[in-house]
Amino acid sequence: MSGWIGIYRAQFKTSFAQQLQYRVSLVLWLLGLVLEPTVVLVVWTTVARSHGGAVGGYDAAGFAAYFIIQMVVNHITFNWVAWDFQERIRLGNFSPLLLRPIHPIHIDIADNITYKILTSVVMFPATIGLIIAFQPAMHPPLWAILAFGPALLIAWALRFACEWALAMVAFWTTQVAAINNLYYLVMLFMSGTVVPLSLLPFPVQVVAGILPFRWMMAFPIELLLGRLSVTDALLSFGVQLLWLGLSLGILAVTWRIGIKRYSAVGA
Amino acid sequence: MVFFPGSGPAIHVLDLRKTYAVTDREAGVTAALGSLVKRRTKEVTAVNQISFEVAPGEVVGFLGPNGAGKTTTLKMLSGLLYPTSGTVEVWGHVPWKRNKAYLRQISLVMGQRNQLVWDIPASDSFELNRAIYRIPQPEFRSMLASLTELLELEPLLRKPVRNLSLGERMKCEIAAALLHRPRVLFLDEPTIGLDVTAQRRIRTFIAEYNQRYEATVLLTSHYMADVEALCKRVIVIHHGKLLFDGDLASLVERFSPYKTIVVQLEELQAVEVDLTRYGYIVSNIDGRVTLRVPKLETASVTGRLLADLAVTDLTVEEPPIEEVIEQVFSEGVTVQ
Repeated sequence: MSGWIGIYRAQFKTSFAQQLQYRVSLVLWLLGLVLEPTVVLVVWTTVARSHGGAVGGYDAAGFAAYFIIQMVVNHITFNWVAWDFQERIRLGNFSPLLLRPIHPIHIDIADNITYKILTSVVMFPATIGLIIAFQPAMHPPLWAILAFGPALLIAWALRFACEWALAMVAFWTTQVAAINNLYYLVMLFMSGTVVPLSLLPFPVQVVAGILPFRWMMAFPIELLLGRLSVTDALLSFGVQLLWLGLSLGILAVTWRIGIKRYSAVGA
Repeated sequence: MVFFPGSGPAIHVLDLRKTYAVTDREAGVTAALGSLVKRRTKEVTAVNQISFEVAPGEVVGFLGPNGAGKTTTLKMLSGLLYPTSGTVEVWGHVPWKRNKAYLRQISLVMGQRNQLVWDIPASDSFELNRAIYRIPQPEFRSMLASLTELLELEPLLRKPVRNLSLGERMKCEIAAALLHRPRVLFLDEPTIGLDVTAQRRIRTFIAEYNQRYEATVLLTSHYMADVEALCKRVIVIHHGKLLFDGDLASLVERFSPYKTIVVQLEELQAVEVDLTRYGYIVSNIDGRVTLRVPKLETASVTGRLLADLAVTDLTVEEPPIEEVIEQVFSEGVTVQ
């Protein structure tokens, strides 16, 4: 156990040092992360106002709450492993990672957590700023506030496992940018990132219910908005955990098969 | 091959084979468009049933032209690649299972690839390796101190790796690879692109590491100086096949059909006499003539030279190893 703590501590230090090397790029990334939900928020609040104050059960303050929470959830759960992976496989940079007596996923986990800690310094005031500017309305019961933490954690793990497994397609195709783009496009709509799922046509809502994306995004958002009953929340946790188990299983299997195909190109 | 009493080989390779499927298309736009519809793949055999053993503590040079299969073999031995068929055991481990216990005992240094984190100082990467390999602090400190001394790393440790020169970076790479004191060291072109001084330093260091820790070393290099300085034994592979396995001296003996005779003649004689009847003239400068003579005729040619001409000095030499190696590759002779 102390060995693992040591490894993570060392990787955190490395990631901090690495990420601080390019401060401007870090700030620009963050700007994008704040701007995206702000733009969507402005669009939806305008739509709500022009529709007599509310669309699909969301008024302007409701939309504000939705997209401010979305920004936080997206910031906590997002990762860039699929993009990293392509470079690793294509340029052979994966080889040194495979030679170390530790699964390469740990580097990505530590890297991800470090980035989140580092950027929370900006995300926290940005969130406060948006709250002041847009006056969101949310009335979550205490249990929902308490459940938000675990839901967010599972959402992070689910997204991480799914995208790590997806990234491994690179073992077969080397190029994964096109697949990544398709994945993100589907995710954007089916997770509740650009539009609350309840505003989508019913058949799309059914499909979104089957796919794993809503458990990465919409579920924690709706939980904190106070829109879920206790039964709904418990059921959602069940499905979320089921998806997590499934994606971890797929991750393990893909890893085992994919690694045999790794041809260490150019390395 | 010398085995230490009571121990088996450190590395055991039997019938190792690796084939790759590579896409095959002609150059040009038409071919590129054609490959969109129908992609042709070609099977390339990178390593073709090679077998050998390496004793604990031995330093073996792996020779072969580009694309011979050296790097592919090293990658399989270090566990990066799965072979198509055959078996490998390194200290009782099957490399591509990549057990942690195995990975802690080995290191692969690739001259053209870096494992150090590009944007941060090498010392931070060393610290990360300490944690990953779970090296106890006292051992880490003493190993780092000796590496710093041997490789003269002191001024380099605090600079971001991207600001180091190639030679400086290579020294740091080697240090990072050795911090956990691997018992088996795979070195793939460790001196590539380095100047002569840096090459010599790294060479000396590898020899020292091998002696101090009795590490088994498998090394590929295009610089014969590396191989001559470090390896008594060489394995030559070409087109994925093993051509020769034995000591360097017998490689030259076996493959060189020529010897070089260097004679010192009186300047006038060196110009007037037709020397081509003794052998092929490699050079003729100020009466110092270098002749290439078929090996079997060496004795008779030497006799004739001494009888016919006013020789003040004569030496018979083996041709340079580079030349011999080149010959082996161009002829592709198979030797068991």
